[in-house]
Amino acid sequence: MARKRLITAVNDALVAEMERDEKLIVFGEDVELAIMGDTRGLVGRFGRDRVRNSPICEQTLTGMAVGLASAGYRVVLHLMFNNFIYTGMDAIGNQMAKLRLMTGGQMAPTITVIAGYGGGNSNAAQHSDTAYPALMNLGGLRVAVPTNSADAKGLFTTAVRGRTPTFFLEAAGRGGEMGEVPDGEHLVPFGQADVLREGDDVTVVAIGTMVKPTLRAAKALADDGISAEVIDPRTLVPLDEDTILGSVAKTGRLVVVDEARDRCSAASQIAAVVADRGFASLRAPVRRVTVPDVALPYARNAEAALIPSPERIADAVRHVTQKQFA
Amino acid sequence: MATPGTDVRGHTAVTDLDLYERMLLIRRAEERLIVACTDGSLPGGVHLYIGEEAVAVGACAVMTDDDFVTSTHRGHGHFLAKGGDLDAMFAEIWGRATGICKGMGGSMHVADVSKGILGANGIVGAGFAIATGAAWGAKLAGQGRVATCFFGDGAANQGSFMESMNVSAAWDLPTVFVCEDNGVSEFTVTSTVSGGPLVERARAFMPATVVDGNDVHAVRDAVGEAVERARAGGGPSYVEATTYRIRGHLEAEQHMLGGGTYRTDDDIAAWQADDKDPIARLATRLLAEGTCPREDLDATEASPPADPELAHTIMFGPA
Repeated sequence: MARKRLITAVNDALVAEMERDEKLIVFGEDVELAIMGDTRGLVGRFGRDRVRNSPICEQTLTGMAVGLASAGYRVVLHLMFNNFIYTGMDAIGNQMAKLRLMTGGQMAPTITVIAGYGGGNSNAAQHSDTAYPALMNLGGLRVAVPTNSADAKGLFTTAVRGRTPTFFLEAAGRGGEMGEVPDGEHLVPFGQADVLREGDDVTVVAIGTMVKPTLRAAKALADDGISAEVIDPRTLVPLDEDTILGSVAKTGRLVVVDEARDRCSAASQIAAVVADRGFASLRAPVRRVTVPDVALPYARNAEAALIPSPERIADAVRHVTQKQFA
Repeated sequence: MATPGTDVRGHTAVTDLDLYERMLLIRRAEERLIVACTDGSLPGGVHLYIGEEAVAVGACAVMTDDDFVTSTHRGHGHFLAKGGDLDAMFAEIWGRATGICKGMGGSMHVADVSKGILGANGIVGAGFAIATGAAWGAKLAGQGRVATCFFGDGAANQGSFMESMNVSAAWDLPTVFVCEDNGVSEFTVTSTVSGGPLVERARAFMPATVVDGNDVHAVRDAVGEAVERARAGGGPSYVEATTYRIRGHLEAEQHMLGGGTYRTDDDIAAWQADDKDPIARLATRLLAEGTCPREDLDATEASPPADPELAHTIMFGPA
């Protein structure tokens, strides 16, 4: 075990996997200097054949990843900010997500796309989205949202070794956070949620960037005598429905916290799953704590007002714990 | 010129009769699809390549199974020219589990990765980037493979055309861009939506040439030069093959156009004449040069291809 930044844990995983598999190629926007830090130092170690700055042309980069994977490589494509996924969407939505099915399994694009997501840094509307709901709806992709250094290493390693194209989304403002990371090989399976805090009164599912404010809210609620169970799903596709349903069976109440915009958010999906499969457990309506259906503004105070805060999360929890179906 | 074509590594010798037979196979297979479309036995639509056979057959004559191609929504010709199996393609188009993609892809997505066929693609212009990525992989592997992107004049207006030529040129990738200029972008005449000659776009990045796309030898020679350059590390090339789409954007399109038209019957008839049709032209040339006896051509015509099982497939569809 060693304490490391989340971004360093990803870097460690990349080095290990590149050493393990010489057909692993890293390319994308500024991967050589790496503004996020996750791919820093790789070009010096592995050379420009395997680590390469690309031109800025997302619709071609995503398609090139498909072609390179088809030629027998494992590909890590860095898109810098997840808003740029929209620019590269054809090869994401029409190629990566569909080729395995369309070709009857002949092609299995071995691609991991890294991109930063989330607001809170005054990066303004075009660099602050939480874009995973769109990816979740494409039907052939996996989506990972690591929230600590150990999971970042473990999920990334699982992602690059897999046969399904995977989006590995890093909270843009949280790469510097420290956490314990297991030494050596560390794999975290997809579809296995992590119960970060046990509780009896309410289940709070917190996604990605929302884990930290949720844990803060849970602490404040405990002082008021409300016991919240906090679950980090870690991957949104596949989603560990059983852990969430098991927790709701115990608590009877569910709040889902998500930095995506409200409409068709990951929170909406989780709420729907519990309505479908756990309705009998519910003792109060499900609440979603999300971002309103607008673009994130630049001004610090305006932006902060839209992103779920510990106070908003705590309010939602109090609301559902005071409600009870007859 | 009627010397047998060979791929540049000499793996296979492609004779003129092979070229003729392969073009005829594509033609007869697609004529069968017209029938199937008319009698309603196909699950989905088909985009036919009739009239453009010389491009795929000429280009693929200089490739091996190790080379990659990306195809278009009009992909049957590329699939068969690159060595894809007719039975498996027909089964796919009929939506059968025995299809090359287990019936999951259909006409617009026929692919055979074992033959380097990275798939027909329903998104116009999607192949640019996929071929460029495959070419990068080919270069990294260092075994002299190339990746050829077949695309149409319609696709040349996608931004990824420029982007992919740029990366291919900047990184000296073995990408061969083969533009099938059939003059139409789906239901729109391309000249009404394109600024400037397409070949000039390519010249900014790489050697670029325009050839008679209905002359299978001209296509083979131009693409052969491009492939040879790519294999030798000389980077990407562009070959524009002027041709014509005899059928509609998709079969039975007249039902969708509300009685409207975007070209005249005379236009189509001119390109169907023996002096334009790629198959008739090759036959005429071979007979005139005396390089291929009439009986050989007739035998091919009577039973395309020579394999009776394939002939049966063409007659009756997949088993």
